[in-house]
Amino acid sequence: MSGATAEEVMAVTASRLLADHKVVFAGVGMPLLASALASRRQAPNLTIVLEGGIIGTRLLPGHLPISTNEMRAAYGAQMLTDITDIFLFAQRGYFDYGFLGAAQVDQYGNINTSVIGTVEHPRVRLPGSGGANDIISLCNEIFIVTQHEPRRFVPRVDFITSPGYLSGGDSRERAGLLFGRIGAVITDLALMDFEPGTRRMRLRGLQPGVTVAQVQDQTGFELVVADEVDELAPPSAAELSIYRTLRDGPPAVPPAAVVPA
Amino acid sequence: MRDGVTFREARAYLEGADRPVTDKRMTAAGAMSLVHDGDHIAVGGTLYSRTPMALLFELLRQRRRQLTLSRPLACYETELFLATGGADRIVSSWVGIGLQWGLAPIFRHYVETGAAEYEEWSHLAMGLRYKAGAMGVPFLPGLSMLGSDIARMTGLKTVTCPYTGERLAALPALLPDVALVHAHRADMFGNAQVDGYRHMDVDMARAARTVVVSAERVVTPEEIRAQPWATMLPHFAVDAVVEAPHGAYPHECYGLYEADVDHFDAYVRSIQEHGVDAARRYVEQHVDAHADFSSFLDSVGGGRLAACAAGAERLMAR
Repeated sequence: MSGATAEEVMAVTASRLLADHKVVFAGVGMPLLASALASRRQAPNLTIVLEGGIIGTRLLPGHLPISTNEMRAAYGAQMLTDITDIFLFAQRGYFDYGFLGAAQVDQYGNINTSVIGTVEHPRVRLPGSGGANDIISLCNEIFIVTQHEPRRFVPRVDFITSPGYLSGGDSRERAGLLFGRIGAVITDLALMDFEPGTRRMRLRGLQPGVTVAQVQDQTGFELVVADEVDELAPPSAAELSIYRTLRDGPPAVPPAAVVPA
Repeated sequence: MRDGVTFREARAYLEGADRPVTDKRMTAAGAMSLVHDGDHIAVGGTLYSRTPMALLFELLRQRRRQLTLSRPLACYETELFLATGGADRIVSSWVGIGLQWGLAPIFRHYVETGAAEYEEWSHLAMGLRYKAGAMGVPFLPGLSMLGSDIARMTGLKTVTCPYTGERLAALPALLPDVALVHAHRADMFGNAQVDGYRHMDVDMARAARTVVVSAERVVTPEEIRAQPWATMLPHFAVDAVVEAPHGAYPHECYGLYEADVDHFDAYVRSIQEHGVDAARRYVEQHVDAHADFSSFLDSVGGGRLAACAAGAERLMAR
């Protein structure tokens, strides 16, 4: 189906990574939409968890939350607990997937949402970690979703808010981060993972019509390219329809379809 | 990380304090006189959910100075305190307005120029810090923050497990001077009940020296006893009770009213255009111009409050 936006392409690609009978810790915005899409497609028993203390949210289409700590995020939930408790579930190992966005991500999957420039002399003070540091440290497999731009994909983040593979190799484990792996980075151009051993970001799949050269051109560091790079399937009409209904609410009935009384 | 009271001092204070079962109802003005310049105030709720706004507006009205504000996720109330000199230090994991409003310009201005300090911890770190305080221990171990620059900036230390030899983050107890939390119901003794999620309210209150609860409704002690499982704080952990209907407005209160996002929109548009002056004008117009919070709510109008309540009603319908 043509006409998919960059956001829709990313969300659909991300949603396909989520398997049934798993638990996903989703951030608000696209990660939540991608999770909700998966739960209405291949993963009807996917449990969506949000940091506000919300377990098993369903969401009301067209009334999506702006924050993970509000009533809209809790619509249809199975359990409401508190924030600390939700992260302790993650620390215990219950959460199969953690879903994050990123203002800045580097070749080892480290994320910066704290400061552009230095802490001493910040050019831009960003909001901060929120739950991102905990999600990337405590969930079993992490997916990072962000738009593919050179300013976002930098060789080294200005500040490690949320640790990926730190400086590569076994540096994550050596820092005391015993659990969790960065499974994939999903963008509007590509799907990437991390090369075993070096833990450098590796190109694995291309969005339809995108070339390896285009992806490299939009990446501020040299990507490892896997031996086989797949072309990802475009969003289907069904996926886009569900996604748009979730985001915008059910489509209005076209006037022609209204049967006169 | 700035040193505050030690966990031993916090314990000694509680041991020495009275726990009278008396009528603790106060006006917001009376309750906020318990706050002193320079205090560390833990602000209940998170982002725009169940913020104790009636208490915060009173604190702004009384012009307390140089407060430290701690909160799991901080919203625009933080900007109002920064812009009026009410706070110069924020301890949190996230400071903004809400994702769709982008970065918080007043917060940025104060932190980027060094006029205010932002001590950033992870979300769980904030939770474990309050929880350590609530548990009466000096720290709790955790598995996040490790390897990050937020650990470096906060001066986070690690601890080696005496049983397994694993190295863990040691999150130091956060011991606020005063915790302000908003509840759905409380009786005059301070037994406070909340519907829906509790954010970090329970731990921050039990970590604090002084606890002020505002409540949508003050109810009879028998109504509390009718559903004791909903009680989040017992009377002996509460010092003052303030009746504040719509006391989280323009933020939400679970099951009762949604946030008034148009109110944020107007605020954000004004600060994007006029910066700090607009934040100060907001305080003049919505806080200083009113004798109390109910007068502010009158100025908002019943129609908008009803619309927020209707939004909540729709979400509670099954």
